[in-house]
Amino acid sequence: MRILVAMSGGVDSSVVAARLLEEGHEVVGATLQLYDSRGAAKKGACCAGQDIRDARAVADRLGFPHYVIDAERRFRDSVIERFADAYAAGETPVPCVACNQGVKFTDLLELAKEIGADAMATGHYVRRVEGPLGVELHRPVDEARDQSWFLFATTRDQLEFLRFPLGDMPDKAAVRQEAERFGLIVAGKPDSQDLCFVSDGSYVDLVERMHPEMAGPGEIVDQSGHVVGQHEGVMRFTVGQSKRLGNAARLQGERQMVVGVEPGRKRVIIGPRANAFVNSLSVRDVNWLVDAPPEGLVCRVQMRAREEPRAARVLPTAEGATILLDEPAMPAPGQACVFYQGSRILGGGFIRRAEEQVAV
Amino acid sequence: MNKKTDAWAKGFSQPVYLDANATEPLRPLARAAMLEAAELTGNPSSVHQAGRRARAVLEDARNTLAQRMGVAPLNCVFTSGGTEANVLAMHGLGQGRRFLVGRTEHDAVRKGAPDGADVAWLEVDASGQIRLDLLEAALQTHESPAFVCLMLANNETGVLHPMAEVARLCRQHGAHLHVDAVQAAGRMALNVEELGADSLACSGHKMGGPKGAGALLLRGPAPRPLVPLFDGGGQEQGRRGGTPPLPAIAGLAAALCDALDTPRDLAPLRNRLEQAAQAVGAVVCGAGAPRLGNTASLALPGRRAQGQLMRLDLDGICVSAGSACSSGKVAFSHVLDAMGLGDLAGQAIRVSLPWSVEEADVERFMQSYARMAAGAGLAMVE
Repeated sequence: MRILVAMSGGVDSSVVAARLLEEGHEVVGATLQLYDSRGAAKKGACCAGQDIRDARAVADRLGFPHYVIDAERRFRDSVIERFADAYAAGETPVPCVACNQGVKFTDLLELAKEIGADAMATGHYVRRVEGPLGVELHRPVDEARDQSWFLFATTRDQLEFLRFPLGDMPDKAAVRQEAERFGLIVAGKPDSQDLCFVSDGSYVDLVERMHPEMAGPGEIVDQSGHVVGQHEGVMRFTVGQSKRLGNAARLQGERQMVVGVEPGRKRVIIGPRANAFVNSLSVRDVNWLVDAPPEGLVCRVQMRAREEPRAARVLPTAEGATILLDEPAMPAPGQACVFYQGSRILGGGFIRRAEEQVAV
Repeated sequence: MNKKTDAWAKGFSQPVYLDANATEPLRPLARAAMLEAAELTGNPSSVHQAGRRARAVLEDARNTLAQRMGVAPLNCVFTSGGTEANVLAMHGLGQGRRFLVGRTEHDAVRKGAPDGADVAWLEVDASGQIRLDLLEAALQTHESPAFVCLMLANNETGVLHPMAEVARLCRQHGAHLHVDAVQAAGRMALNVEELGADSLACSGHKMGGPKGAGALLLRGPAPRPLVPLFDGGGQEQGRRGGTPPLPAIAGLAAALCDALDTPRDLAPLRNRLEQAAQAVGAVVCGAGAPRLGNTASLALPGRRAQGQLMRLDLDGICVSAGSACSSGKVAFSHVLDAMGLGDLAGQAIRVSLPWSVEEADVERFMQSYARMAAGAGLAMVE
């Protein structure tokens, strides 16, 4: 069948294209141009000018057509600006989820359908399983490369159309071996990492550039509003963090951490670490990969990209879902809370800010 | 022809090439002239006999272009192509002048003015033609003498500006008129003097010559002074440094002669193609204006140009959208945007018939286009 392969120019998606071609499919390569490559682009992050050239070189060598898709405006509007806005609202967003959800699995997937493709494949490490009740999304074989958390927002319709040929690979070394077997120039290329659109320094500069009103020093206050210290910029703080608090890191003998950020007032709110744990939280924009069970769901939830999932009960609500945790935890607003049963993703949503949390 | 048969025999279909405005297929006469010139060792600037032989070929080409385009031989300055010819004119002749540049010009001209120059834009009407009333108004402001840059034929739509009227206004107000004739040269008979242009740019590969040579033609007594972009060894009467690419220049001259001596009216074929496209929902951009006979700008409402191009390419049809940037991504068309076409500016493809086009090519395009317009691809997956 005709398969559009989303190629980043890295080794993973290149191997995907080569394998599908070997299996006899009609492969069409596409690389998204997410920002102007003439600007400073970060080494080791995806989709800069060199990456487009690499993707094209792989396609030329293997002999299938390859296209560069202009997604600069969409990426700026739907990923970068939303990322900065979320930070400005005191959240800790996950831009990779927004990018997969919008630019990749909506726009590019639509284009794949427009050109008459029967499926779209990516180099993500995640497994798509044809289950008895429809298609399922699972963690990959290689736990070290697991990207399932970042893909929780993939809808069932999108999942139908998608293929993730690397989900079964035992490890990255095996992928590189495949790349060498196919003679791909990218076989030894470093992995992409971090935020692809942050070119130098950190995301702090980017957000401060887009929201200059948030830049500059401000106050660290306790939960009753008393000033307990100074900081050099709210952008450097997220909920749950204990670093960079200076003398305020320990108050009255108790370890403190960030419990809230008020970007508008340039204030960082701290509280005793022990008090910050909650037993429940609510999430918005929930994507269900099973029919939402009205009576709730006993499962495990993962609230950060790299952490052990915890036992919980998920109750669907009109506005999303409420999560009842077996053990208290410290959710960060804006991050994803993904529901797993074994290796399978059942759904997930974004953690609401404290003031939006629905009391249980 | 043999090549085509072989390809078919192997089960590969020969692509249908309908992207002449990007580059024309090489004309056999141009190829022959190039090969002959490539055999010459001499540098046209050398004093020995090898140099003289090379110079004779260069001057032959210069005389040919000058005679065909109506300028004095020494007012034909060879360049590397259309972009350089345009930029050379703007830098070399526009000093101290106020640039008036058409909204629908090619990037070579839109971005061709020297840094810090005063540039104002000339608007076009809905059909893509220059607004003469606005041109006149712009010329009447007496800040400094103007340097007007307008293309004869638009690369995306083929729309022709009313150049006689433009020239009359420019003359009346003491403005310099520079004409970018990259798409028009070879596709219509041109005479710089009769056109009323002060300078005119053309490019070899857009008329069926090789890539790598173009020319800037200057009106008036020769040699007309022109500040070079770089001095080099003072070639081209000190107006364009660098050893001229002799094979490309010989090919350019041969291509121009062939194009003008064997003219082919492609409009009937183009019109059939447009009617077929309209029948399946396409909008023809610039249809209200006089146009080059080989060019069709077809917008399919609601369908992104990128997807159309990919789909047609996968079907073996080579067309384009806007002017492609070096990465190959498809950009929004500034030309159609200037014509007030709104969203359609991102939904149009350009079909431009080459001199060698066959009826069967157009038939194949029409079939593929109709299938695409009907959304056959969408039906397959839903």
